[in-house]
Amino acid sequence: MSTYLPPAQRIWWNVPMGREEIVWIGIALIWCLIMFFMMPYWHVYGKQNLSNEAYQTTPAKYGPKVQAMIDKYTVRTETDQQIPVVHPPAGSDIYMLARLWQWWPIMELEKGKSYRLHLSSMDWNHGFSLQPININMQVVPGYEMVLNITPDVAGTYGVVCNEYCGIGHSTMLGRIYVKE
Amino acid sequence: MANFRLCPDSGLFFDRNAESLMKVNAVAAAVSLLVAGLLALGVALTRWPAVHLLPAEQFYMFLTAHGLNALIFWIIFFEIAILYFASSTLLRCRLAAPRWAWLGFALMLIGAITTNVAIFQGNSSVMMTSYVPMQAAPHFYLGLILFAVGALIGCFVFFGTLVVAKNERTYEGSIPLVTFGAMTAAIIAVFTIASGAIILIPTFLWSIGYIGYIDPEMYRVIWWGMGHSSQQINVAAHVSVWYLVAGLVFGARPMSEKVSRFAFLLYIFFLQLASAHHILVDPGISSEWKIFNTSYAMYLAVLASMVHGLTVPGSMEVAQRLKGYNHGLFEWLRKAPWSNPVFSSTFISIIIFGFIGGITGVVMGTEQINLIIHNTIYVPAHFHATVAVGTTLTFMGLTYYLIPVLFRRQMILPGLARWQPYLFGAGMTALILFMMGAGTMGVARRSADMTFAGAALTYEYPGMAFTMMGLAGIGAVLAVIGGGAYLLVTVGSLVFGKKLDPSAGFLQSFGVPLSRGAYTAQPEILPMAAPVEEYGSAGHFEAPGTFALALVLLISFVVYYFINWKYLASVWPLS
Repeated sequence: MSTYLPPAQRIWWNVPMGREEIVWIGIALIWCLIMFFMMPYWHVYGKQNLSNEAYQTTPAKYGPKVQAMIDKYTVRTETDQQIPVVHPPAGSDIYMLARLWQWWPIMELEKGKSYRLHLSSMDWNHGFSLQPININMQVVPGYEMVLNITPDVAGTYGVVCNEYCGIGHSTMLGRIYVKE
Repeated sequence: MANFRLCPDSGLFFDRNAESLMKVNAVAAAVSLLVAGLLALGVALTRWPAVHLLPAEQFYMFLTAHGLNALIFWIIFFEIAILYFASSTLLRCRLAAPRWAWLGFALMLIGAITTNVAIFQGNSSVMMTSYVPMQAAPHFYLGLILFAVGALIGCFVFFGTLVVAKNERTYEGSIPLVTFGAMTAAIIAVFTIASGAIILIPTFLWSIGYIGYIDPEMYRVIWWGMGHSSQQINVAAHVSVWYLVAGLVFGARPMSEKVSRFAFLLYIFFLQLASAHHILVDPGISSEWKIFNTSYAMYLAVLASMVHGLTVPGSMEVAQRLKGYNHGLFEWLRKAPWSNPVFSSTFISIIIFGFIGGITGVVMGTEQINLIIHNTIYVPAHFHATVAVGTTLTFMGLTYYLIPVLFRRQMILPGLARWQPYLFGAGMTALILFMMGAGTMGVARRSADMTFAGAALTYEYPGMAFTMMGLAGIGAVLAVIGGGAYLLVTVGSLVFGKKLDPSAGFLQSFGVPLSRGAYTAQPEILPMAAPVEEYGSAGHFEAPGTFALALVLLISFVVYYFINWKYLASVWPLS
């Protein structure tokens, strides 16, 4: 009975380890190193990484950028809220904003083309959750995050908010179209 | 000074002050768990799509209160009791500064009540994380600060007791492994509470208007220095309890003191880095920072957990084999006392914590894989495996041991107690697996309605996601019944259980000391454990069954890890 008694040896750190402990520590350490090096490996060889490009911003600075894009590239509006649908040129900077409780505007993108997607929040934290493909990003007020995205499957995608943002949280839904 | 009570059943000596403090902390913990469990029922029945019980406003209020009561108040009250047990009781030492300990308890109690009041007044449904600039009422933060200060005092009473025990030579040699593990938990707790103070005090001042602006990203980074690290206190504490149970139930000794203690030391060095797990898809943080921190500096804390995963059941196996259960790889496990809830809750906890909690945690804490998991309901699935099964079920098991030994009452309803860990464990496991499934289909956490009713646009999750959330709801209801059974048995025993000491009355169950005659003078010095013929096992495998189980864990880990990379590789290219 000694897990809760003082060790049987005064100099317990000189007692040799058991065989399975040595083997297990060796195996586990190798696995830990493999998992560690998978992350830098994926930065070099993988296709799904974050750019780490981000800027400090304010709603007053970010809002007009979104509006400028909407003014320039709106092709139609949807729903009785008149949500603009923008079709920006491939390769351009596209701006989506999160606010209580909307993703604004709706984007229409072309399959296989790359875009620089900017994300920021006008008020509280929000969560950019692209469904059904399940890509998730934290959208933090005061910060503008830039991602290079390349939609490679055509379809209609929902943008769910998956960071709690108050009473209307579960109604905060946006949309991205990817056209052939 | 006649201040020590010998428990004739266990041979443990309880200091009079420590005994009362352990009781009140354990009772406060149980009350918090009761509140948390009732709220859990509301949360689960709302997320079960076919039931969808609560409107959004109540749902978010319930969820905020459930998180804080289950994850903070229940667990930390119980941990303070464990700290006093691991220092004063295990070292046969008087508790240092009992008045400070009572002050700490009072602050924790006032804090917990204050924060609960703030939440139920309705203007503080900000979730446990309370990300700024979403604002709660000032007393929401104030309650948390008071609770944290109280817990910090508890940690220093623990450290003080270690010092007293050393100075007054109440034990021979080094402190026991269980006390060492508890010390690890207390050290991590100091770091955790410091992080909490750094962020919650300014947030409190912001809520009353003295500070104009708190950077939301800075808040997230520092808040998680508390939020995730507090879960690391739990890991260190419940692993210590696993070792304790191995000793209590099997008479086990550590396979190697050196290995187990070194693993705890790795926790102190590296576990806190895990706050990065919550920041992996945040703006403005570099990949270098994310990779170093999310991997606990090359997964050295994961290594520590993998070591405990071998040495805790391994120590049980060695003890069982010494008793003659030597047939094949697993006779020791088959012949384990599966109807003893102290053992069964611990073993279920080890398995679910390791196989589900540990593996999912590492997988979703991988920098890039987090992209396909962040803030989905997979995340609560993970931490129910680590905290609700890992920590909570372990603490439940320990309570069954403490009822006769500490409270001097015989347990009522032993048949129900025998089944309780299985009921709670099975319900939780179902909840966890189905929430994991729903999470991989994108279902968001912390959402009152997965149908998006009332939104301008529409989106529909796959039908299977709805089925999974329904099944998760059934699991949750089972788990709540299991939790209710625990409270019925334990609280019922405190009130109605047969008295094992003539003076163990109603008030004594809630902290009043037993009659004077129950206490004697300072006991003799605590001796070192009896030496064994062959300590360690240099040369041959002492616990082959556990080693085989560990290899199964490793294979599951490797397979599941790479499945997730493959899934990640299928989503839109991002750079």
